[in-house]
Amino acid sequence: MSVTIYIPTALRRYTDGSGEIQLNGKTVGEIFSNLVENHPDLKHHLYTEEGSLRNFVSVYLNDERVPQMDGQETPVSEGDSISIVPSIAGGLAFSPKASSINQKTKLSQEEVLRYSRHLIMPEVAMDGQCKLKAARVLLIGTGGLGSPLGLYLAAAGVGTLGLVDFDVVDKTNLQRQLLHNTSDVGRPKLESASERLNEINPNVAIETHGVRLTSDNALDILDGYDIVVDGTDNFPTRYLVNDACVILGKPNVYGSIFRFEGQVSVFHGAIGPCYRCLFHEPPPPGLVPSCAEGGVLGVLPGIIGSLQALETIKLILGKGDVLVGRLVIFDGLAFSWRELKLKKNPDCPVCSEDPTLTELIDYENFCGVTPSSSDVHTDEDGIPQISPEELKNWLERGTDITIVDVREPHEWNIVNLGNLGSKLVPLDELLERSGELDSAQNIVLHCRSGVRSAKALRILQDSGFKKIWNLDGGILAWAERVDPSLPVY
Amino acid sequence: MTLHISTEILAVIAKDARDKYPEECCGVLLGTMCSDSVRQVLQVIPVKNTNEVHRERMYLISSERIRDIEIHATQIGFEVLGFYHSHPDHKGEPSDFDRKAAWPWYSYIIVPVWAGKPSTIRSWRLADDRSRFNEEQIIEDKNERNDLHPYSPS
Repeated sequence: MSVTIYIPTALRRYTDGSGEIQLNGKTVGEIFSNLVENHPDLKHHLYTEEGSLRNFVSVYLNDERVPQMDGQETPVSEGDSISIVPSIAGGLAFSPKASSINQKTKLSQEEVLRYSRHLIMPEVAMDGQCKLKAARVLLIGTGGLGSPLGLYLAAAGVGTLGLVDFDVVDKTNLQRQLLHNTSDVGRPKLESASERLNEINPNVAIETHGVRLTSDNALDILDGYDIVVDGTDNFPTRYLVNDACVILGKPNVYGSIFRFEGQVSVFHGAIGPCYRCLFHEPPPPGLVPSCAEGGVLGVLPGIIGSLQALETIKLILGKGDVLVGRLVIFDGLAFSWRELKLKKNPDCPVCSEDPTLTELIDYENFCGVTPSSSDVHTDEDGIPQISPEELKNWLERGTDITIVDVREPHEWNIVNLGNLGSKLVPLDELLERSGELDSAQNIVLHCRSGVRSAKALRILQDSGFKKIWNLDGGILAWAERVDPSLPVY
Repeated sequence: MTLHISTEILAVIAKDARDKYPEECCGVLLGTMCSDSVRQVLQVIPVKNTNEVHRERMYLISSERIRDIEIHATQIGFEVLGFYHSHPDHKGEPSDFDRKAAWPWYSYIIVPVWAGKPSTIRSWRLADDRSRFNEEQIIEDKNERNDLHPYSPS
């Protein structure tokens, strides 16, 4: 088939000035292959390095737009005309805000004394210490990793530390989260962390973000900082932080821990691989246990978090070899270190030349960890509810949930959800026994029909629990709609 | 490389940048080619930024709109010479995304807008190997230049 292809002005100097070219081929794709074969200089303006048609190159076949994705297969007939039409895009696209690190600043007399051991090091000196003072670092999480990070970065004189955390201090945190003391149990982590960091170094400005980091707020929060340090314990937030950092062009100092092992790296999509290059997709829920499930030796976050602090300081100083493109794995039990070279994935959905993912998505759903927002709802009294069917889906997806039965022991003996790991804490005992529950876990409360468990939910909410839901209709609804083998009473 | 442009047209671009702040504005430059490297902008068409999200940081002009404007340009004897857009609260140098999305040959005018006030307008063309943008000189034609005609194409 002979087809006329119209070349836009912008590309004519690669076709020896001609605006119309006759070419043969059976499909749009074939015509294009012939076009770039005859005019090879066109290739890198029409195609990406991976060989797909660039975004912003639109193809029209006889005035009909050919779909971007599978349009190459579209058949052509004799005498057809094909036009290449640009769509025009650009803009700032989250290029990072001017870094604060190089802004001019001076040290006070007190600071000169305080940082004297830094100032006499040639790698830091006055210049480096001023960079630390000008720097703005965001810590995601003030828990196991966030504790040593906060302590060392504040002590080192990082001028502004942003903290993101919405949790309250729980007794199970104290074994490793050194920012929080025994007397802080029940307080918001941000409050105890700010107090502690301020005491270590009152020169540091602490900015608190007492919210759960979500796709709606992540870009706004992260954009205000030069470096983001990931101290999270869950996959949705880890992917969210990674993607937001790539979109914003910020380095992401990564650490993770499990039992005796830890990993550290620096992900920086602009110059190296990102977390998604390493782990394209999250593992199925439940496969990789969290610290809450699998446990962690308290000192491990101390080691890994300190390494993250080290990398953060090197990034600020611009000194040494940072861990971009390298993943370090520490095995504390064997006392061995391994270093893996990481390559950038040319097809990475976020950090490649032509990313397919340019805005944030629903990460909880992406990781299958918690129900998508449609699965849960709030009743008219503002009690978060989950229906029996939703709870069943949730359990089947392997989501980590503790079920708490707030009925009386004699009711438990009639029927219970012990097969699902349910725990009996009668409503009357709930307040004094709330320490047995882990506020870091997802908790679903139930009673017979849902009234007492709604009261229980209020009690736990008042004690700072956030990830709690009431089973709508209680065990009666569960027996009726999910497990008819259970007796009802 | 030079781009001739009148004070009035520069004012239209600056006004669009100010009006759309904090979002990015965008539009199309029409005019004539005086030679390979010298161009004269004679008309500017502000266009709606059709990017669905983050219009404060990205702009998009659809291919449908470009087609319509190309037809209009041909009818009045002009050519699409390039495009303009603004960078709210950032300098007027092309971003990495500007480079990735760019087409060769066209003039890309960028207007920095600091706190709502348009600043110095600059213009850029993509290098042949797509590795960078080269700045092209903007020559502001301050007076009514009724006497100025395009040079005959060389």
